[in-house]
Amino acid sequence: MLEKNPVIFIILAFVVIMVGTTITMIAPFKWINGPGDRIAEVKPYTPLQQEGRDLYMREGCNNCHSQTVRTLAADVERYGYGGTYSKSGEFVYDRPHLWGSRRTGPDLARIGLKYPDSKGAWHKKHLENPQSVVPASNMPSYAFLNAPLDTTYSERKMKLLDFPYSQADLDDLKGKSEMDAIIAYMRKLGTDIPVKKAAAVTSASAAVVKNPFTTLVAVERDAEGTYKQHCASCHGEKREGTLGPALKGSVRSDAELFKIISGGIDVNGMPSFSGTLDDQNIWKLVTYIKLDTK
Amino acid sequence: MNAPTRYVDDSVKGFIAWSMVWGTIAVVVGILISLQLAWPQLNYAPYLTYGRLRPIHTNAAIFGWGVGSFIALFFYITQRLTKTPLWSPKLARVTLWIFNVAIASAAVTLAMGINRTKEYAELEWPLAIVVAIIWVLFSVNVFMTILKRKEEQMYISLWYIMATLVGVTVLYVINNLGVPLHLFKSYSAFSGTNDANVQWWYGHNAVAMVLTTPPLAIFYYFLPKVTNNPIFSHRMGIIAFWSLIFMYLWTGAHHLLWTPIPDWIQTVAMAFSIMLIAPSWGAVMNGYLTMGGKWEQMKTNYLVKFLICGITFYGLQTLQGPMQAIRTFSAFIHYTDWVPGHVHMGALGWVSMVLFAAIYYATTKMNNTEIYSIPLANAHFWLVLIGQLIYSITMWIAGVQQGSMLLATNPDGSLHYSFMETMIAIMPYYKIRAISGFIYLAGLSLFIFNIYKTFQKGTDSPVAEA
Ligand code: HEC
Ligand code: HEC
Ligand code: HEM
Ligand code: HEM
Repeated sequence: MLEKNPVIFIILAFVVIMVGTTITMIAPFKWINGPGDRIAEVKPYTPLQQEGRDLYMREGCNNCHSQTVRTLAADVERYGYGGTYSKSGEFVYDRPHLWGSRRTGPDLARIGLKYPDSKGAWHKKHLENPQSVVPASNMPSYAFLNAPLDTTYSERKMKLLDFPYSQADLDDLKGKSEMDAIIAYMRKLGTDIPVKKAAAVTSASAAVVKNPFTTLVAVERDAEGTYKQHCASCHGEKREGTLGPALKGSVRSDAELFKIISGGIDVNGMPSFSGTLDDQNIWKLVTYIKLDTK
Repeated sequence: MNAPTRYVDDSVKGFIAWSMVWGTIAVVVGILISLQLAWPQLNYAPYLTYGRLRPIHTNAAIFGWGVGSFIALFFYITQRLTKTPLWSPKLARVTLWIFNVAIASAAVTLAMGINRTKEYAELEWPLAIVVAIIWVLFSVNVFMTILKRKEEQMYISLWYIMATLVGVTVLYVINNLGVPLHLFKSYSAFSGTNDANVQWWYGHNAVAMVLTTPPLAIFYYFLPKVTNNPIFSHRMGIIAFWSLIFMYLWTGAHHLLWTPIPDWIQTVAMAFSIMLIAPSWGAVMNGYLTMGGKWEQMKTNYLVKFLICGITFYGLQTLQGPMQAIRTFSAFIHYTDWVPGHVHMGALGWVSMVLFAAIYYATTKMNNTEIYSIPLANAHFWLVLIGQLIYSITMWIAGVQQGSMLLATNPDGSLHYSFMETMIAIMPYYKIRAISGFIYLAGLSLFIFNIYKTFQKGTDSPVAEA
């Protein structure tokens, strides 16, 4: 019967493929992004951030970068930057989602926590010429983003996506470049959910606690690795200073250095590392950067 | 005896020729992006940067080469299995031209950065509508031919063909739903986690309905033709068919393990992925048993070589896939180069191998001639096989190496390697992969030359065949 009637066959095939579709794809609409998923702190994009997001899509950054911190410990450690794994409620304003399927480059879900600098100096330098910051990087150069931002549709985008905006937000777009927009987007990623800053506690105690690592031998192996991984892109491979100041042979006190590394100096682009590095590792760094050799 | 049927093959030839053009472009762009990953200076901004070229590669490969040749071969197979000429040859010619305009526009708009970013559904809404129209025109043509058929019994290939027509329509339309902002930009109808769930329901079933059922339809038709053996078991084919199209739709979330997608959806996807081994291997065994023990044909018949090699890679692919769908293994290889290794074993080893055999065979039949050169076809076989093996094997090694480095932690819980250390470790593999692309391209060039020469020496009379 089936082997002889194509019309019945087609209908039956449709029914068969709709079973799994209904249960795993259509039904979940009932609760995904529902009230249970919502997170009050998560805010929609501003016009500038949304423009940046659209540029991110235009350039296909998602082909190399994912935007989800998985629930794995190593993922949280590497890409959480003091925050936690990604939650459904963080993505409710993302149309489309940009989770990606490849990590040719690092995950960017919480990149805003990693580079807090309000001027975006790190991002600008990196996007213009990634190899100038990370020599072995294979990320393309995006210097061409230093072009005026097309704001023709900015307001219409906000309306279509049903995001709140003010006239000030729109005025803010004047004179901005595409680079400014994409940096605004990078700086927003992952910053909505407050991360617990251990900084306040540890830096207060830093004045009393003495640096447990005072000799080079005790720290060199660990600290050099930590430095290369977390600091070299801003302070130079040899601590000679690039985006951030030179650190070689710093004359600051141990407690002062601990406080800066742990708490950061957000406004000027020095990130806080209290969420990424534990006290032990920060103390080792303190000893390491003060050295004036090597 | 009825008068012999006159099959209409001009569009079959047209689609074959154009799919080969798009396939070559896909491979050339594939080589370029693989070079860019090793030498980032090769990013010529802005139109030729990696982020814009990678979707051109995947779209030219899947839609230009894959779908283009599926359309050709579905027209070819359907006519012969129904003993009925194509319902509307004119419509087929129109479809071919819209198809070419669409693929060319896809390449241009993607280079301009007009991109929805949803994998395999990157094209913006006006083009997505054109793609849907092409699909409907093509489906109607095939389906009407089947309706008017002279051969009552529907062979298993027709089942796979019809399932493909329905399946792709449903998938493509739903995943492309959105709200247009202007002609070149729209926003997805779904947001965040919902959007991801819809996307990978689509993404994985593009694998099912584009990279599995069409090559299976083609395989089931051409293997008996080429070997002169009947298919081993029609019943086994039917059972495998229904369970395959039932199970595939549950598995999308295996692309989203450990993400905010609800856990039960991930677990269901994992379970169904493993169950998929059964119907997949049903098809593989059916293929092997159809050989009827005449394995010497692997040596004497170049087409058998392509087909058996293809179904073998399909078998491996459908063992590797379920393994990747297991949470613990996914934690390790997801996001790494392992996945492009998996993808290209399927795309090059399974899909393209079967297409090569089918195109060789159909070309000789449609032109009433023999193949121009069997030695060249053999050289083609070895070059694409070696190219593909180097590609996949290097990427599996790179994936495992990077995956284990990224997860490695020190006793105190901190990470052992920085991201860049893992990238530097896999750089050599990127370079070897680029070389494998050139080997593959050399093989592909022999194929194109051979087909061109065969067309040239053939006679063009549309005579009937069995
Ligand atoms: C070819 C792949 C590729 C593309 C395309 C790409 N990137 Fe990257 N990206 C990388 C790699 C590799 C790194 C790590 C090395 C580095 O920092 O340059 C990286 C690093 C980054 C970082 C810093 C991450 C960190 O943890 O320090 C940011 C931010 C970034 N990319 C943003 C972007 C943006 C925005 C785009 C699109 C305009 C983009 N990338 C396109 C490969 C890519
Ligand atoms: C994104 C770039 C960036 C990264 C990464 C970074 N820094 Fe900084 N750092 C800065 C900038 C910019 C300043 C200057 C801040 C100021 O003076 O207000 C700074 C200042 C400092 C200072 C104070 C220097 C002084 O004497 O004034 C120390 C110490 C320091 N960083 C240590 C580190 C260490 C250790 C790491 C790695 C764990 C690190 N930084 C990572 C950008 C960075
Ligand atoms: C032999 C020549 C080819 C080369 C050198 C090549 C190269 C590449 C490269 C470098 C990528 C990006 C991988 C990454 O994200 O790191 C890619 C992705 C991809 N290619 Fe190819 N490719 C080739 C042929 C093909 C063919 C013929 C097809 C299809 C029929 C194909 C289908 C795909 C798909 C589907 C992806 C996306 C994979 C994913 O998302 O993980 N490729 N290719
Ligand atoms: C039983 C069959 C199969 C299963 C269960 C399966 C499973 C998977 C899984 C779990 C992934 C995601 C890997 C990751 O990102 O971690 C994947 C990716 C992929 N598979 Fe398979 N696979 C199967 C067969 C095939 C076949 C026959 C093809 C044909 C070419 C194929 C093509 C692809 C492609 C193109 C991707 C990449 C998607 C992307 O990330 O863009 N798969 N597969």
